[in-house]
Amino acid sequence: MTSGTRAEVRSTAQIDTTLIRIEGEITSGTEKPLMAAFGQAVDSGARTVILDFGGLEYMNSGGIGLLVTLLVRAQRQGKRLMAVGLNEHYRQIFALTRLDEAISIHDTADAALAATI
Amino acid sequence: MTATEPHPNRDTDSWARPVDRLTTTASGSGTDTVTGKRVAGPIQGFGQMWQKTFSVRLDGVATTAEQLVAHWKELFPTFWPKGSTFYAPLAGIAPGEVALLEVPPLPGSPIKMSTGVMVIYADSESFAFMTPEGHALSAWITFSAYRDGETTVAQVQALERTSDPFIELSYVLGANRMNDRFWEQTLENLARSVGVETPLVAATKICVDRRRQWRHVRNIRHSPALSMAMSTLTAPARWLRRRRAT
Repeated sequence: MTSGTRAEVRSTAQIDTTLIRIEGEITSGTEKPLMAAFGQAVDSGARTVILDFGGLEYMNSGGIGLLVTLLVRAQRQGKRLMAVGLNEHYRQIFALTRLDEAISIHDTADAALAATI
Repeated sequence: MTATEPHPNRDTDSWARPVDRLTTTASGSGTDTVTGKRVAGPIQGFGQMWQKTFSVRLDGVATTAEQLVAHWKELFPTFWPKGSTFYAPLAGIAPGEVALLEVPPLPGSPIKMSTGVMVIYADSESFAFMTPEGHALSAWITFSAYRDGETTVAQVQALERTSDPFIELSYVLGANRMNDRFWEQTLENLARSVGVETPLVAATKICVDRRRQWRHVRNIRHSPALSMAMSTLTAPARWLRRRRAT
Protein backbone atom coordinates (compact mmCIF):
# COMPACT_ATOMS: atom_id res chain seq x y z
CA MET A 1 0.00 0.00 0.00
CA THR A 2 1.34 3.40 -0.94
CA SER A 3 1.30 5.99 1.81
CA GLY A 4 -1.05 8.87 1.14
CA THR A 5 -3.33 6.94 -1.19
CA ARG A 6 -6.55 5.17 -0.31
CA ALA A 7 -8.92 3.42 -2.69
CA GLU A 8 -12.02 2.26 -0.89
CA VAL A 9 -14.68 0.08 -2.52
CA ARG A 10 -18.28 0.99 -1.76
CA SER A 11 -21.52 -0.55 -2.94
CA THR A 12 -24.18 1.59 -4.62
CA ALA A 13 -27.93 1.48 -5.00
CA GLN A 14 -27.45 -0.63 -8.12
CA ILE A 15 -26.30 -4.19 -7.62
CA ASP A 16 -24.07 -4.28 -10.72
CA THR A 17 -22.39 -0.92 -10.05
CA THR A 18 -19.59 -0.36 -7.56
CA LEU A 19 -17.94 2.88 -6.50
CA ILE A 20 -14.25 3.28 -5.71
CA ARG A 21 -13.52 6.31 -3.57
CA ILE A 22 -9.98 7.56 -4.21
CA GLU A 23 -8.24 9.74 -1.64
CA GLY A 24 -4.76 11.23 -1.75
CA GLU A 25 -2.46 10.79 -4.73
CA ILE A 26 -2.50 9.01 -8.06
CA THR A 27 0.99 8.38 -9.41
CA SER A 28 2.65 5.41 -11.06
CA GLY A 29 3.53 4.31 -7.51
CA THR A 30 -0.11 3.94 -6.47
CA GLU A 31 -0.88 1.06 -8.82
CA LYS A 32 -1.33 -1.53 -6.05
CA PRO A 33 -4.19 0.06 -4.07
CA LEU A 34 -6.04 1.15 -7.19
CA MET A 35 -5.78 -2.19 -8.99
CA ALA A 36 -6.64 -4.08 -5.80
CA ALA A 37 -9.79 -1.98 -5.38
CA PHE A 38 -10.74 -2.55 -9.01
CA GLY A 39 -10.20 -6.30 -8.61
CA GLN A 40 -12.41 -6.27 -5.52
CA ALA A 41 -15.13 -4.37 -7.41
CA VAL A 42 -15.05 -6.87 -10.28
CA ASP A 43 -15.10 -9.82 -7.88
CA SER A 44 -18.24 -8.38 -6.32
CA GLY A 45 -19.96 -8.68 -9.69
CA ALA A 46 -19.76 -5.06 -10.85
CA ARG A 47 -20.33 -4.39 -14.52
CA THR A 48 -19.86 -0.65 -14.05
CA VAL A 49 -17.18 0.87 -11.83
CA ILE A 50 -17.50 4.49 -10.76
CA LEU A 51 -14.22 6.14 -9.79
CA ASP A 52 -14.89 8.88 -7.25
CA PHE A 53 -12.08 11.45 -7.40
CA GLY A 54 -13.62 13.75 -4.77
CA GLY A 55 -10.68 13.13 -2.42
CA LEU A 56 -7.95 13.39 -5.05
CA GLU A 57 -5.19 15.79 -3.97
CA TYR A 58 -2.38 15.17 -6.43
CA MET A 59 -1.89 13.46 -9.77
CA ASN A 60 1.17 13.50 -12.04
CA SER A 61 1.69 12.17 -15.55
CA GLY A 62 2.41 8.70 -14.17
CA GLY A 63 -1.03 8.78 -12.57
CA ILE A 64 -2.73 9.45 -15.88
CA GLY A 65 -0.82 6.50 -17.33
CA LEU A 66 -2.11 4.36 -14.48
CA LEU A 67 -5.70 5.37 -15.24
CA VAL A 68 -5.23 4.33 -18.88
CA THR A 69 -3.87 0.97 -17.77
CA LEU A 70 -6.92 0.60 -15.54
CA LEU A 71 -9.18 1.54 -18.45
CA VAL A 72 -7.60 -1.12 -20.68
CA ARG A 73 -8.03 -3.70 -17.94
CA ALA A 74 -11.69 -2.72 -17.54
CA GLN A 75 -12.35 -2.88 -21.28
CA ARG A 76 -10.68 -6.30 -21.51
CA GLN A 77 -13.07 -7.58 -18.84
CA GLY A 78 -16.10 -5.93 -20.44
CA LYS A 79 -16.52 -3.41 -17.62
CA ARG A 80 -17.49 0.22 -17.93
CA LEU A 81 -15.59 2.99 -16.13
CA MET A 82 -17.13 6.29 -15.05
CA ALA A 83 -15.65 9.24 -13.18
CA VAL A 84 -17.27 11.51 -10.59
CA GLY A 85 -16.07 14.14 -8.15
CA LEU A 86 -13.48 15.67 -10.47
CA ASN A 87 -12.81 19.30 -9.68
CA GLU A 88 -12.26 21.80 -12.51
CA HIS A 89 -8.49 21.24 -12.49
CA TYR A 90 -8.75 17.47 -12.94
CA ARG A 91 -11.54 17.83 -15.49
CA GLN A 92 -9.08 19.94 -17.51
CA ILE A 93 -6.45 17.21 -17.24
CA PHE A 94 -8.95 14.62 -18.49
CA ALA A 95 -9.72 16.96 -21.41
CA LEU A 96 -6.05 17.70 -22.11
CA THR A 97 -5.12 14.03 -22.23
CA ARG A 98 -8.39 13.11 -24.01
CA LEU A 99 -9.12 10.59 -21.28
CA ASP A 100 -12.65 12.07 -21.20
CA GLU A 101 -13.27 10.38 -24.57
CA ALA A 102 -13.02 6.97 -22.92
CA ILE A 103 -14.24 7.55 -19.37
CA SER A 104 -17.56 9.36 -19.02
CA ILE A 105 -17.55 12.14 -16.45
CA HIS A 106 -20.45 13.01 -14.15
CA ASP A 107 -20.78 15.56 -11.37
CA THR A 108 -22.04 13.13 -8.76
CA ALA A 109 -22.39 9.41 -8.20
CA ASP A 110 -26.19 9.83 -8.43
CA ALA A 111 -25.80 11.32 -11.90
CA ALA A 112 -23.48 8.48 -12.92
CA LEU A 113 -25.91 5.89 -11.60
CA ALA A 114 -28.74 7.54 -13.52
CA ALA A 115 -26.62 7.34 -16.67
CA THR A 116 -26.11 3.59 -16.29
CA ILE A 117 -29.86 2.88 -16.49
CA MET B 1 -22.53 10.74 -2.72
CA THR B 2 -19.86 13.23 -3.65
CA ALA B 3 -20.26 16.62 -5.28
CA THR B 4 -17.41 18.48 -6.94
CA GLU B 5 -15.80 20.67 -4.30
CA PRO B 6 -13.13 23.25 -5.13
CA HIS B 7 -9.87 22.64 -3.32
CA PRO B 8 -6.29 23.58 -4.19
CA ASN B 9 -4.10 20.94 -5.79
CA ARG B 10 -0.31 21.08 -5.55
CA ASP B 11 0.03 19.78 -9.13
CA THR B 12 -1.91 22.71 -10.63
CA ASP B 13 1.12 24.55 -12.06
CA SER B 14 2.68 21.37 -13.42
CA TRP B 15 -0.05 20.56 -15.95
CA ALA B 16 -0.63 22.23 -19.31
CA ARG B 17 -4.00 23.79 -20.00
CA PRO B 18 -6.15 21.90 -22.51
CA VAL B 19 -5.94 23.17 -26.07
CA ASP B 20 -8.11 22.33 -29.02
CA ARG B 21 -5.39 22.75 -31.66
CA LEU B 22 -1.62 23.01 -31.31
CA THR B 23 0.59 26.02 -32.04
CA THR B 24 4.30 26.30 -31.43
CA THR B 25 6.99 28.87 -30.75
CA ALA B 26 9.75 26.48 -31.84
CA SER B 27 11.40 27.13 -35.16
CA GLY B 28 12.14 24.17 -37.37
CA SER B 29 10.95 22.66 -40.60
CA GLY B 30 8.22 20.66 -38.88
CA THR B 31 5.88 23.53 -38.08
CA ASP B 32 3.38 22.67 -40.78
CA THR B 33 2.94 19.11 -39.59
CA VAL B 34 2.05 20.18 -36.05
CA THR B 35 0.23 23.51 -36.14
CA GLY B 36 -3.53 22.99 -36.11
CA LYS B 37 -3.29 19.34 -35.07
CA ARG B 38 -4.81 17.85 -31.91
CA VAL B 39 -2.83 15.85 -29.39
CA ALA B 40 -3.35 12.09 -29.48
CA GLY B 41 -2.47 9.69 -26.67
CA PRO B 42 -2.66 5.91 -26.39
CA ILE B 43 -6.46 6.07 -26.17
CA GLN B 44 -6.61 7.51 -29.70
CA GLY B 45 -3.93 5.23 -31.22
CA PHE B 46 -4.38 2.18 -33.45
CA GLY B 47 -1.82 -0.51 -32.60
CA GLN B 48 -1.11 -2.68 -29.61
CA MET B 49 -0.46 -0.72 -26.42
CA TRP B 50 3.02 -0.96 -24.97
CA GLN B 51 4.44 0.29 -21.71
CA LYS B 52 8.17 0.66 -22.11
CA THR B 53 10.45 1.62 -19.25
CA PHE B 54 14.12 2.42 -19.75
CA SER B 55 16.39 3.39 -16.88
CA VAL B 56 20.04 4.10 -16.24
CA ARG B 57 21.79 4.24 -12.87
CA LEU B 58 24.19 7.14 -12.45
CA ASP B 59 26.61 5.31 -10.17
CA GLY B 60 29.25 7.53 -8.61
CA VAL B 61 27.66 10.76 -9.84
CA ALA B 62 26.87 13.37 -7.18
CA THR B 63 23.57 14.70 -8.47
CA THR B 64 20.10 14.78 -7.00
CA ALA B 65 17.00 13.78 -8.94
CA GLU B 66 15.97 17.44 -9.16
CA GLN B 67 19.39 18.53 -10.43
CA LEU B 68 19.39 15.80 -13.06
CA VAL B 69 15.91 16.69 -14.32
CA ALA B 70 16.91 20.37 -14.54
CA HIS B 71 20.01 19.38 -16.55
CA TRP B 72 17.89 17.08 -18.76
CA LYS B 73 15.35 19.82 -19.50
CA GLU B 74 18.00 22.42 -20.24
CA LEU B 75 20.05 20.30 -22.65
CA PHE B 76 17.32 17.94 -23.86
CA PRO B 77 18.05 18.27 -27.62
CA THR B 78 21.71 17.33 -27.12
CA PHE B 79 20.87 13.90 -25.72
CA TRP B 80 18.98 12.74 -28.78
CA PRO B 81 20.64 10.11 -30.97
CA LYS B 82 22.57 11.29 -34.00
CA GLY B 83 20.37 11.98 -37.02
CA SER B 84 17.38 13.20 -34.99
CA THR B 85 16.70 16.84 -34.15
CA PHE B 86 14.62 18.34 -31.35
CA TYR B 87 13.64 21.99 -31.81
CA ALA B 88 12.85 23.28 -28.33
CA PRO B 89 10.13 25.88 -27.83
CA LEU B 90 11.22 29.39 -26.79
CA ALA B 91 10.14 28.88 -23.18
CA GLY B 92 11.94 25.53 -22.99
CA ILE B 93 10.38 22.39 -21.59
CA ALA B 94 7.44 23.88 -19.73
CA PRO B 95 3.76 22.86 -19.47
CA GLY B 96 1.83 23.71 -22.63
CA GLU B 97 4.87 24.28 -24.86
CA VAL B 98 5.08 22.50 -28.21
CA ALA B 99 8.43 21.31 -29.59
CA LEU B 100 9.21 20.24 -33.14
CA LEU B 101 11.13 17.15 -34.16
CA GLU B 102 12.81 15.71 -37.20
CA VAL B 103 13.43 11.99 -37.05
CA PRO B 104 14.49 9.52 -39.74
CA PRO B 105 11.78 6.91 -40.47
CA LEU B 106 14.56 4.30 -40.46
CA PRO B 107 18.08 4.56 -38.97
CA GLY B 108 20.48 6.10 -41.47
CA SER B 109 17.69 7.25 -43.77
CA PRO B 110 18.48 10.57 -45.53
CA ILE B 111 14.75 11.43 -45.40
CA LYS B 112 13.50 13.02 -42.18
CA MET B 113 9.92 12.98 -40.90
CA SER B 114 8.76 16.20 -39.27
CA THR B 115 6.51 16.07 -36.26
CA GLY B 116 6.36 17.41 -32.71
CA VAL B 117 5.33 16.88 -29.10
CA MET B 118 3.41 18.86 -26.51
CA VAL B 119 4.77 19.18 -22.98
CA ILE B 120 1.72 18.14 -20.96
CA TYR B 121 3.40 17.98 -17.56
CA ALA B 122 6.57 19.29 -15.97
CA ASP B 123 7.74 19.55 -12.37
CA SER B 124 11.12 19.38 -10.64
CA GLU B 125 11.35 15.58 -10.82
CA SER B 126 9.72 14.75 -14.14
CA PHE B 127 8.27 16.00 -17.41
CA ALA B 128 5.99 14.38 -19.95
CA PHE B 129 5.24 14.71 -23.66
CA MET B 130 2.13 13.85 -25.65
CA THR B 131 2.27 13.34 -29.39
CA PRO B 132 0.13 15.13 -31.99
CA GLU B 133 -2.03 13.58 -34.70
CA GLY B 134 0.21 12.56 -37.57
CA HIS B 135 3.01 11.35 -35.29
CA ALA B 136 3.98 7.71 -35.83
CA LEU B 137 3.05 6.99 -32.21
CA SER B 138 0.07 8.01 -30.12
CA ALA B 139 1.91 8.25 -26.85
CA TRP B 140 2.67 9.75 -23.50
CA ILE B 141 6.35 9.74 -22.66
CA THR B 142 7.49 10.58 -19.14
CA PHE B 143 11.08 11.51 -18.30
CA SER B 144 11.94 11.33 -14.63
CA ALA B 145 14.64 10.81 -12.04
CA TYR B 146 14.58 9.29 -8.59
CA ARG B 147 16.94 8.17 -5.83
CA ASP B 148 17.61 4.48 -5.26
CA GLY B 149 19.75 4.35 -2.12
CA GLU B 150 22.81 6.49 -2.80
CA THR B 151 22.32 6.51 -6.56
CA THR B 152 20.25 8.72 -8.84
CA VAL B 153 18.38 6.85 -11.57
CA ALA B 154 17.15 8.46 -14.80
CA GLN B 155 14.10 6.93 -16.44
CA VAL B 156 12.07 7.19 -19.64
CA GLN B 157 8.65 5.59 -19.60
CA ALA B 158 6.47 5.50 -22.71
CA LEU B 159 2.85 4.42 -22.91
CA GLU B 160 2.23 4.09 -26.60
CA ARG B 161 0.30 2.70 -29.51
CA THR B 162 1.29 3.08 -33.12
CA SER B 163 -1.01 5.60 -34.77
CA ASP B 164 -2.07 3.73 -37.91
CA PRO B 165 -1.88 0.31 -39.62
CA PHE B 166 1.19 1.20 -41.73
CA ILE B 167 3.21 2.15 -38.67
CA GLU B 168 1.87 -0.90 -36.82
CA LEU B 169 3.12 -3.13 -39.62
CA SER B 170 6.53 -1.46 -39.46
CA TYR B 171 6.53 -2.02 -35.68
CA VAL B 172 5.89 -5.72 -36.18
CA LEU B 173 8.70 -5.81 -38.75
CA GLY B 174 11.29 -4.25 -36.44
CA ALA B 175 10.59 -0.55 -35.90
CA ASN B 176 9.48 -1.36 -32.35
CA ARG B 177 13.03 -2.45 -31.52
CA MET B 178 14.47 0.62 -33.29
CA ASN B 179 12.25 2.84 -31.17
CA ASP B 180 13.58 1.10 -28.04
CA ARG B 181 17.12 1.74 -29.21
CA PHE B 182 16.30 5.45 -29.60
CA TRP B 183 15.47 5.80 -25.90
CA GLU B 184 18.38 3.61 -24.84
CA GLN B 185 20.78 5.88 -26.74
CA THR B 186 19.12 8.97 -25.27
CA LEU B 187 19.70 7.68 -21.73
CA GLU B 188 23.27 6.65 -22.57
CA ASN B 189 23.96 10.18 -23.84
CA LEU B 190 22.39 11.71 -20.72
CA ALA B 191 24.45 9.47 -18.44
CA ARG B 192 27.68 10.26 -20.29
CA SER B 193 26.94 13.99 -20.00
CA VAL B 194 27.12 13.74 -16.20
CA GLY B 195 30.25 11.59 -16.16
CA VAL B 196 29.15 7.96 -16.41
CA GLU B 197 31.75 6.32 -18.66
CA THR B 198 29.97 3.09 -19.56
CA PRO B 199 26.25 3.56 -18.95
CA LEU B 200 24.09 0.44 -18.75
CA VAL B 201 20.45 0.93 -19.71
CA ALA B 202 17.85 -1.47 -18.32
CA ALA B 203 14.64 -1.96 -20.31
CA THR B 204 11.24 -3.44 -19.48
CA LYS B 205 8.52 -3.83 -22.11
CA ILE B 206 4.96 -4.83 -21.31
CA CYS B 207 2.24 -5.26 -23.93
CA VAL B 208 -0.62 -3.72 -21.94
CA ASP B 209 -3.20 -4.33 -24.66
CA ARG B 210 -2.69 -6.83 -27.49
CA ARG B 211 -5.82 -5.68 -29.31
CA ARG B 212 -5.63 -3.22 -32.15
CA GLN B 213 -8.15 -0.39 -32.10
CA TRP B 214 -9.73 -0.75 -35.54
CA ARG B 215 -12.14 2.08 -34.74
CA HIS B 216 -9.10 4.36 -35.09
CA VAL B 217 -7.97 2.98 -38.46
CA ARG B 218 -8.83 6.34 -40.03
CA ASN B 219 -5.84 7.87 -38.22
CA ILE B 220 -4.09 6.97 -41.44
CA ARG B 221 -5.39 10.20 -42.98
CA HIS B 222 -2.92 12.11 -40.74
CA SER B 223 0.01 9.84 -41.55
CA PRO B 224 3.11 11.77 -42.69
CA ALA B 225 4.46 8.50 -44.13
CA LEU B 226 1.41 8.26 -46.36
CA SER B 227 1.72 11.93 -47.38
CA MET B 228 5.38 11.36 -48.19
CA ALA B 229 4.59 8.26 -50.26
CA MET B 230 1.79 10.05 -52.13
CA SER B 231 4.04 13.02 -52.78
CA THR B 232 6.77 10.75 -54.16
CA LEU B 233 4.35 8.78 -56.34
CA THR B 234 2.74 11.87 -57.82
CA ALA B 235 6.03 13.75 -58.34
CA PRO B 236 6.35 12.73 -62.06
CA ALA B 237 2.82 13.98 -62.80
CA ARG B 238 3.52 17.31 -61.09
CA TRP B 239 6.79 17.62 -63.01
CA LEU B 240 4.97 16.99 -66.30
CA ARG B 241 2.29 19.56 -65.45
CA ARG B 242 4.95 22.17 -64.67
CA ARG B 243 6.74 21.42 -67.96
CA ARG B 244 3.53 21.83 -69.98
CA ALA B 245 2.75 25.10 -68.19
CA THR B 246 6.09 26.60 -69.19
